[in-house]
Amino acid sequence: MWLWERYTSPFKLGSLGIMGMNQRNVNYIGRYNPRKLYPLVDNKLKTKHIAVAAGVTVPKLIGTIQHQHEVKKIADMVKDWQGFCIKPARGSGGKGILVIMRQEDGLFYKPNGKAETVSDLERHISNILAGLFSLGGKPDFVMVEDLIHFDNVFDGYSFEGVPDTRVIIFKGFPVMSMMRLSTASSDGKANLHQGAVGVGICLRTGRAVRGVQYNLPLRHHPDTNKDLFDLQVPHWLKLLNLAASCYEMSGLGYIGTDMVLDKKRGPMLLELNARPGLSIQIANAAGLLPRLRQIEKLGNFSMSVEERVAYAMDNFGVFPTQALA
Amino acid sequence: MVSRRPFYIVVALLFILGISLMIYRHVAFDVPWLPGEYRQVWSVEAKVEFDAADQPVIASLALPATQPGFTLVDESAASPGYGLSFVDRNGITRAEWSIRTAKGHQELYYRAEMMSDPYAKSLPAEPPAVEKQIEKEPIATAMVQILERAKERSADAFTLTREIMKEFDNQEQNAQLLRNHKGRAHLIVDMLNQADIPARVVRALTLEDGRRRQQLIDYVQVFQDDKYDLFDPKTGLQGRPEQLMLWEYNSQPLLDVTGGNNSRVTYSVVQKQVAVARALTAKFEHTNMLNFSIDTLPVEEQALFKGILLLPIGVLVVVFLRVIVGLKTSGTFMPVLIAVAFIQTNLVVGLLGFLSIVGVGLVIRSYLSRLNLLLVARISTVIITVIAIIALLSVLTYKLGLTEGMRITFFPMIILSWTIERMSILWEEEGPKEVVKQGGGSLLVAVLAYLAMDNSLIQHLTFNYLGLQLVIMATVLLMGNYTGYRLSELKRFKPLADELKK
Repeated sequence: MWLWERYTSPFKLGSLGIMGMNQRNVNYIGRYNPRKLYPLVDNKLKTKHIAVAAGVTVPKLIGTIQHQHEVKKIADMVKDWQGFCIKPARGSGGKGILVIMRQEDGLFYKPNGKAETVSDLERHISNILAGLFSLGGKPDFVMVEDLIHFDNVFDGYSFEGVPDTRVIIFKGFPVMSMMRLSTASSDGKANLHQGAVGVGICLRTGRAVRGVQYNLPLRHHPDTNKDLFDLQVPHWLKLLNLAASCYEMSGLGYIGTDMVLDKKRGPMLLELNARPGLSIQIANAAGLLPRLRQIEKLGNFSMSVEERVAYAMDNFGVFPTQALA
Repeated sequence: MVSRRPFYIVVALLFILGISLMIYRHVAFDVPWLPGEYRQVWSVEAKVEFDAADQPVIASLALPATQPGFTLVDESAASPGYGLSFVDRNGITRAEWSIRTAKGHQELYYRAEMMSDPYAKSLPAEPPAVEKQIEKEPIATAMVQILERAKERSADAFTLTREIMKEFDNQEQNAQLLRNHKGRAHLIVDMLNQADIPARVVRALTLEDGRRRQQLIDYVQVFQDDKYDLFDPKTGLQGRPEQLMLWEYNSQPLLDVTGGNNSRVTYSVVQKQVAVARALTAKFEHTNMLNFSIDTLPVEEQALFKGILLLPIGVLVVVFLRVIVGLKTSGTFMPVLIAVAFIQTNLVVGLLGFLSIVGVGLVIRSYLSRLNLLLVARISTVIITVIAIIALLSVLTYKLGLTEGMRITFFPMIILSWTIERMSILWEEEGPKEVVKQGGGSLLVAVLAYLAMDNSLIQHLTFNYLGLQLVIMATVLLMGNYTGYRLSELKRFKPLADELKK
């Protein structure tokens, strides 16, 4: 029947423990994320401040621009930095992020090689300030950050974009993780619905479980043809500890932490997301609900970050070997 | 974890309150569940005729009011040259025509629109004072004989009335004697009064469609405690026949003419069918019953309110499509506002108008994005552009002779401008595919909301049952608590589910 070819039954999804949007909104976000803490994660500048205060590694802040009359400062602000990144503080879904790889003769080169002039940068900043990229069109301000120097292990796994690692942290426990690799069809963006490749990562080992693009499994990166199954996230334990410590830092019970690996500084927190998406289940070929319920059953606990990470690695890992890099 | 019990109690209370309000309105106000029902309305015209004697004339006519079986929904009078006022004395209204001088045959008209209404409330029935007439012989003896016989066989006022009428048939001679003395109805009332029972003669009209030159007929109204009942003096039948309308029932003269003679009143009756909505509006205009309905508002405010009361229906559709189905729309409630505009324009004109405004707007917006403007200024430009497009389309369609085109001015311009802005950004960031997807989603939601809000049954229910709003609210609250899968997720997770099942 046509309907069964395109739609699955809700009971099947339920028995597999796959979490739906309504379930996430009502039972996890609504219940574990106090509304008053949202500004901490929706405003990346605030996230950065609390992260620095908590000793969590974050990309270096070059400067901020809060008012339209400061827009002209941008050229002066970045003159000593080869690569940098302009972001809206309250942007959502990766919107409005402008990455400059290098500057030369007053021109700024994007990862795809296209050059931008100073006035292009100023226009972009004006748009951010006016609220073009923020939730609900509210006036926003601009963060200028140091460029992240990606670890070489990811060479060939990402096309033009930021290969970041998303870890879902529930009540301080890492419950699921994936890497998001941008592709040509995702236009350098890391969002799965735009065509980025999601790679499920085993919580115990940091090794790739499988890869998906557009909800369908795939073995090789569509642009670079690299075998996704060879992917192994280095500094995995350190990364998980860093991600898990975001629970204490933010006070939010259900968050997505976006981590990147810097060549010199190791794992860094890029941003927090109080409404992490559900595609991570597809990337891992596993439902979130059994894991979330297992942690809810633990009740009130007092475990250190290390203990929680150890618990998650024991219980939610896929591969048996403790091959930690 | 917060207990969900108070939530469910609130939802249940809203449901119960809403449903009870609706049932109350249905039962107490006779509001039908379905639209398109008709009510029988009798148009009864009284024609007063008399010969004027070239002097000041005052003609006073008894008027009917709302009574069991009938609700007075409208009344009017025609009387060329006469002054007319409805005079209220001790709660009894009479029509009084007056003129300085009149000569010759005069005709005055009064018309009452009476709606057949099983729920009509009557005025409190006040028993008349008992008046014992002293009759001369042999009338007195004949009356006593009939009354004594009837008293023996009766138990209360109503049975006594019945027995008196039976005795009229039994005692032929006495009946013959009395008949020559007085009308039968008056005789019965006299006898009941002799037995200390309040009673009076009322004047009634049998309603039959198309009857002209009808006369009122006498009925006997007999009181017992707080109740009264009607008796037909001719047949002796007790109770009000279904089509019987009382005209005069306050022990007053039907017609009182000073300055004229040969006066008489004749009646003509026409039956018509009136849509319930109109009949109810008329009914509530003349009522002071406890009535929280928009029917009691002035007509202009009613029209406004009817539009507002439809919004929750549109909102319900949006909540359903977003929470249960999982449709993506651009702007949460933008589709509802578009649907409201569709109601004003009708669907085809609305769709064409929407598509052309947004289409042209997107083209102009794409030029604006190259100008590197500040956001607020850019949106403002888009608003002005939208207004210009609407004005242009209105003029153009009007010149082409399509008056429906004029109605696109009902589109919410600010909302449309934001829609254009958002779609334009969407186009730049995610490509035209996403624009078509979200724009199409919004339009689909708008059309569905329009179809729901334009449905005559739903309009009827929302206008007439304010309790429905509470039911909608409870439903929306329940959907806000829905944690199941969306329809779109069943598709999204289909490959995953298949894979895991293997």
